Amino acid sequence: MTRKQKRLAIIGSLSAIVLTAVVFIAIAMRGTASFFVVPSEIKSQSIALNQAVRLGGIVKSESWVKDGTSHNFLVTDCQVDIPVHYSGIVPDLFREGQEVIVEGSLVNNDLFEATNVLAKHDENYVPKDMVDKFEEKGLCPGHTDQASG
Amino acid sequence: MLSIELGHFALILAFALSVVQVGVATYAWQRPNEGSFQFVRQASMLQFLLVLLSFAALSVAFVTSDFSLKLAYEHSHSLQPTLYKFTSVWGNHEGSMLLWVLILTLFGAAVAIGGSNLPKPTLNLVLGNQGFLAFAFIGFTLFTSNPFERLPEMPLEGRDLNPILQDVGLAIHPPLLYIGYVGFSVCFSFAVAALISGKIDGAWARWVRPWTMASWIFLTLGIAMGSYWAYYELGWGGWWFWDPVENASFMPWLTGTALLHSALVMEKRGALKIWTVLLAIITFSLSLLGTFLVRSGILTSVHSFATDPSRGLVILGMLTFFICGAFLLFAWRAPTLKAGGLFAPVSREAALVFNNLFLATATIAVLVGTLYPLVLDAFTGIKISVGAPFFDLTFGALMVPLLLVVPFGPFLPWKRASIAQASKRLFGAIVISFVLTVIVSAYLWEGFSLTPLGLLLGFWVIIGSLTDLVERSKLFKVAPSVSLRRLAGLPKNVWSTSLAHMGLGMTVLGVVFVMTYETETITTMEPGQQLETYGYSVRFIDEIDTAGPNFTSERATFAVAPIGSTEKTLSSEKRNYPARQMPTTEAGIKTFGLSQIYISIGDRVGENGRVVRIWTKPWILLIWLGAVVMSLAGAYSLTDRKYRIAAPNLAKKQQLGAAR
Repeated sequence: MTRKQKRLAIIGSLSAIVLTAVVFIAIAMRGTASFFVVPSEIKSQSIALNQAVRLGGIVKSESWVKDGTSHNFLVTDCQVDIPVHYSGIVPDLFREGQEVIVEGSLVNNDLFEATNVLAKHDENYVPKDMVDKFEEKGLCPGHTDQASG
Repeated sequence: MLSIELGHFALILAFALSVVQVGVATYAWQRPNEGSFQFVRQASMLQFLLVLLSFAALSVAFVTSDFSLKLAYEHSHSLQPTLYKFTSVWGNHEGSMLLWVLILTLFGAAVAIGGSNLPKPTLNLVLGNQGFLAFAFIGFTLFTSNPFERLPEMPLEGRDLNPILQDVGLAIHPPLLYIGYVGFSVCFSFAVAALISGKIDGAWARWVRPWTMASWIFLTLGIAMGSYWAYYELGWGGWWFWDPVENASFMPWLTGTALLHSALVMEKRGALKIWTVLLAIITFSLSLLGTFLVRSGILTSVHSFATDPSRGLVILGMLTFFICGAFLLFAWRAPTLKAGGLFAPVSREAALVFNNLFLATATIAVLVGTLYPLVLDAFTGIKISVGAPFFDLTFGALMVPLLLVVPFGPFLPWKRASIAQASKRLFGAIVISFVLTVIVSAYLWEGFSLTPLGLLLGFWVIIGSLTDLVERSKLFKVAPSVSLRRLAGLPKNVWSTSLAHMGLGMTVLGVVFVMTYETETITTMEPGQQLETYGYSVRFIDEIDTAGPNFTSERATFAVAPIGSTEKTLSSEKRNYPARQMPTTEAGIKTFGLSQIYISIGDRVGENGRVVRIWTKPWILLIWLGAVVMSLAGAYSLTDRKYRIAAPNLAKKQQLGAAR
C-alpha cells in the first residue's frame, strides 16, 4: 500500500468505529430517554403502563398522607389529579401546594409509583419544564405566576 | 478601606486595557517590534492585578457585610461565619463570573511571566488571544452581570447565601474547577497562535503540555471535589448524577485527557499535529459550552443561580463567535500543515490514537445526552429527560475497550510493536487480575451481572499499570535494595504514567464496587434502638435541638460499626435557615477503611422516632482517591526539568537562526 492508501484505510476504519458508536448512542437514546408529562396528558395521551416518565405538577393541598417511609399524595395540574405513591424520604422542600417532579411510571390506571421525587432546592428554583408546560396550556394560572415571580 | 467603586473602576480599567492589548498585539503581529511585545506582556500582568483589585474590593464588601452592595445583600448575611461570607462572593452568578475572569487573567499573566522563553512573535499571538478572551468576558461581566451594583438604601440585614452552599466545599470546588476550565484557554490561545503563524511542530506540543497538564490536574481535583461535595451535602447518597452541569465539566476533562496523550505523540514523533491542535480548540470550546450551560440559566440545577435569560443569549453569541471563529481558522489553515511521521497499526502511537478515539467518542456520547433534550425542546417543544441509564450504557460500553488497552500502552515501543510481546510481559498482571476477580466475585456473589467484567477491568488497570514499575525495577529478581535504587532512578514520566493509570484503575474499581454492592435501608428508629444492616450495626443514641450561628438544627446521634468492631459516633441533622425559610439535610458519614456508612434522617415518627435512611458504601473512597492519585501523578510529571529546559534551548536556536 502506498502512504496515501494507508492513511485512507486508517481514516476509514476510525470513521467506521465512530459511526458504529453513534448509531449505538442513538439506539440507547430511544431506549432510555423519558418524557416529561403533566397530569392531564397522562389521561389524554394514554401513557403505557410501566413506561418511565417524569410527571410534573403541584402537590395537591391536603392530599399528602405519610406513614413512616411510605408517602401517598396527589399531583395535580388543576384539571386532573394523579395519585402517586413513593416509599423513601421526600426532599426537604417537598410541601403541599408546591411544584414537584416525580420520576417513575404508572403501575395501573389509578396509581403512579414514583422511584424518585424532586422538589425545589432553593426558593428561586422553579422546575422549568413544568412551568413552561403549565404556561403553554394555561393550567393553574395563578399558581405558576406566583412560582415564577 | 477598599471601596466598591474602586473595584468597579479597576474592572473597567482592565476592560479598557484588554482593548488596547488586543490592538497592540495585532499591530505587533503585522510589524514585529520589541516595544509592542513588551507592552503586550506587561498589559497581561497589569490586567491581572486590576481584576485582582476588583475581586478584593468585592470580597471586602462581602466580608464586612456591606449590604449597600446589592450582591452582598442578596447572597450574604451578617451572622454567617467569615469563611462563608468570603465564599459567598462567588456563590452567585455575578461574583462567579468575576472569579472566572480573575482566573482567566491569572493565566494570561502566568503565560506572560512563564513564557519569557518562547519566541516573541508566538508569545505575542498567544497573549493577544488571551486579551481577546479577557475583553469578551470582562465585557460580559460589566455589561450584563455587574457585581458592583449598589442599592439606594442600605438594608439592615442580608438575605443569606443558599444554605446548600454554606459549606467548605464552596471554598474549594468552584475555584479548582474554574482553574481547570479556564486553564484550557491557554491551550486554545496556543492553538490559535499556531494556526495564525502556521508554525506547528514538536516544540509547540512541548509548550502546550505543561499548561494542559496543569489545567487537567485542577479539573480532575475540581470534578472529584464536586462529586464528594454533592455526595455529602445533598443527602441523597449519590456521588454522580449525570446532571447536565456535571457533564459540562466532564466533557472538557475527557478531551483534555485525550489532548495530554495526543500531545505526547506530537512531541515525540511529530505525528497527529492537526488532530492535537483541533483537540486543544475543542477542549476549550467545551469549557465555554459548560460556562454557557451553567451561566445562561437554560438548565435548572444546584449550579444555576436565578438568572436573567437575556444573558444566556449574550453568552451563546460569545460561544458561537469563539468556537466558530476558531474552527473557521482551523479549516482555513489546517490543510497547509505538513503531515507527520508514519507508524504501524500496532505501536505506541497507535495505542494513543486508540485512546483518543475512545475518549472522543465517549465525549460525543456525553455531549449528545446533554444537548439532545435541549435541542429537542427548542425545536419541537417535546420535553424529555436523559438520565443515568443512557450514560451508564453508552459511556460504560465505550470505556470497556479503552480500559482493556490502557496497561498495554507503556509496553508498546514507538513506531512498531508486537501485541504478543507486550502480552508476554503483562502475563503476570493478566493472571493476578483474573484470580482477584474470581475471588472477589465469588466471595460477594449476587447473581449473574456485568460486575465481574468491571472488577476485572479495575484490577487489570491497577496491576497492569504497576507492572511497568515492577519490571523496570527488576523487583523480585534482584535484591530489594537494588530494586529500590532502580525505582528511585526511574524517569519521572515512567512514574507519572504508571501512577496516573493506577489512579484511573482505582476510580474504576470504586465505581464498580459502589454501583454493585452498595445497600440502602429505609426504616424508622427510636432513640436507644439498635439494628443490624448489611454487616453494620447502627444504634440510635439520642436526638437534641441545637443551633448554629444562622440556623437551628435537630441533631440525631448514632453509634455505628462494622459488626464486631469498635463503634464510632456520627451525627445527622435537619437544619432550618430562617433567613430563607429553608430546611437542609446534613448527612452523617463515617469511614471504615475504604468503605463508608452514610445516614440521613427524615421526618419525625410518633413521639420521638425518626425515619432514617442508611446506606453502606463499600470501597467508595477509591473513587475520589483514584482522582487524587491521578492529579498527584500529573503534578509529579510537571516537575520534569524537560519542560523548563527544552524551551529556552529552542528559543535560543531560533534566535541564532534569525541572527544568521
